[in-house]
Amino acid sequence: MIGIVELLLPLFVGAPLLLGGILFVVPRHHPLQLIMGMGSLLALLGGAIVLLILTFDGTILVHQIALWPGGISIPFVADSFSSLILVVAAIVSVISFHYMIASGEAQSPSIASLVLILAGGVAGALLTADLFNLFVFIEVMLLPSYGLLLFLSRRGDMAASRLYVTVNLLASTLFLAGVGLIYAVQGTVNLAALAGAGDDPATAIATAVCLGALAVKASVFPVHGWLARAYGSASPAVAALFSGLHTKVAVYVVYRISSVVFEGDGAWMTAIMVVAALTLAVGALVALGEREIRPLLLFQMVSGIGFILIGVALFTPEGLTAGIVYMVHHMVVMGSLLLIASAIEQTYGSGRLDRVAGLRTREPLLTAAFVISALSLAGLPPFSGFVAKYAVVLASADAGQVLIAGLLIIVSLLSLMSLMRVWADMFNGKRHTDVEVLAAEERIRTREGLFDGAVIDTDTAAAEAAQALEQHGPPRGVLASGDPHDHRGTRIPLRLVIPALMLSGLSVGLGFGGEFLLQLAEHASSVLTDTSGYVGAVMGQ
Amino acid sequence: MSLALSIGVLAAAGVFLVLQRGMIRIILGFVLLTHAVNLLIIAAGGVSRRDAPFFGGDTSQAADPLPQAFVLTAIVIAFAITVVLATFAVVGRRDDDTEADNGAPSQSEVDDGELDALRDSEPDSELESEGERR
Repeated sequence: MIGIVELLLPLFVGAPLLLGGILFVVPRHHPLQLIMGMGSLLALLGGAIVLLILTFDGTILVHQIALWPGGISIPFVADSFSSLILVVAAIVSVISFHYMIASGEAQSPSIASLVLILAGGVAGALLTADLFNLFVFIEVMLLPSYGLLLFLSRRGDMAASRLYVTVNLLASTLFLAGVGLIYAVQGTVNLAALAGAGDDPATAIATAVCLGALAVKASVFPVHGWLARAYGSASPAVAALFSGLHTKVAVYVVYRISSVVFEGDGAWMTAIMVVAALTLAVGALVALGEREIRPLLLFQMVSGIGFILIGVALFTPEGLTAGIVYMVHHMVVMGSLLLIASAIEQTYGSGRLDRVAGLRTREPLLTAAFVISALSLAGLPPFSGFVAKYAVVLASADAGQVLIAGLLIIVSLLSLMSLMRVWADMFNGKRHTDVEVLAAEERIRTREGLFDGAVIDTDTAAAEAAQALEQHGPPRGVLASGDPHDHRGTRIPLRLVIPALMLSGLSVGLGFGGEFLLQLAEHASSVLTDTSGYVGAVMGQ
Repeated sequence: MSLALSIGVLAAAGVFLVLQRGMIRIILGFVLLTHAVNLLIIAAGGVSRRDAPFFGGDTSQAADPLPQAFVLTAIVIAFAITVVLATFAVVGRRDDDTEADNGAPSQSEVDDGELDALRDSEPDSELESEGERR
């Protein structure tokens, strides 16, 4: 069984790429697009779960491409860490694609292909143990991302997409330069062959160039500014997909390199600690000042990256476990919150806190999903955020980093504050009368395929709004105007809420199953604290 | 030494161009930057102490094929991405804020042919007024 799975490891990359390629020639509106797209993502999830089960006991699955001897070949490795992250990445992809189908975005040309190629690239980046191959897979992830931005940006807004492409290209080029330098010093870019090479200053600096490039991709302070601007005008579902995949793959690689190459070397880990602490504080502070829901959430995401990196900076078994738990939690909850923001933006045409209001009484399901995800992100029990934050704080206190532990708690309070702002303004606030007009304008823009922000004739919008009000029938009984129980008019369609509900449900599940999650993460971190098994398996010893 | 100098010059020129306004210059900047990195990888193979793999006979001094394979891959990827970047330069609404702010565009930007290409593809009132001003 294990032998067969080892042989099939490259399929995690090959199959999505191949199917994505085939789907390019399937006609645009053919049902096969969505069926095959969803089917392959689910198959990827299934495969990832099989990997997780097989590697749970510490087994390391290795496939040397073309069966070259270890150390020379390009190795594909699945251990408990990469399998766990692959499972969560597959879940996020499935649910984001589900949202794209529900919102009709999957009808744009080649979306299924692009999502599949992206998923294939992610699988490759998580499974490969060769740094140059990793660069290739990062590019494989990025190219379809550019396509997704091109097809699904908020109609016509390309400035942010250009920013995304240039920043990522710069980071990739830097990463490639780092790989070249590592090769110059060590004569190999096989991660296992580089084990412990961080003791050599030249290698350490070359590797640090790679880590710097990954820091840009993971949006770590002080190179975090591009994220909110670039993701802010992508299609919301795409932002959710990217936030679950791109930044987290970069963080995954930081974990991997820190453990294999640096073996938790003190000075480097202190540097990561400083950067991580600044990232989480800056992210949370900037989020407080944002006026739109999506940038606010995206800066929360920056802050979360800091939390995850604290885990690797501590480099104790508890710290790594906590960091991995936080990574899993963050991928799920951030996806959920961004999909909630998507549903709001795509219905009301605006994510501004001061324009959309009164969702609490009108959208009970969306409100439930938001409350769960927001409390989970802030770290309240019984959701996954509590388990994750408790673990990180405890690990930092155990490692003697009391200041960091205190900072984590303060930052959590700041996060709660900025999410309370969303709650107070968008969900609990009094519904303005012009919200209906806003939603009507957005419906007209979607129908006519106009640019976002295109000006709609006032009368047309008013007529559309009045029509929506009538469609939902007269109010029950006599209601004063502005009555919160007046449920006529625009509602967020249920199909847009379901994906967010699924993810927030998962967050509840992970909260109650915290013991299980911690156990998974403990197994995952064991391959990071002791890399001898990994190195031995990859080198074929 | 000449390799190191070329890498330095290419990287400096690339960084300079990437920091310019105007998407076309940024694209050219990235082309130069990737060239610099490709040369860096070639240099990583130890070109100064190795010879051509043929005609010599001493295989221990033969050129290292691995960096060349790396560079080949990197060139293909860079080429694909340059095409994507060029696409980003021309599609979408005229919202490219990487160009000069209000007022007449500088002469060099007109030379890019970017504005002309855009005007051909998208007759836009904003553009026309800009043309008249010029």
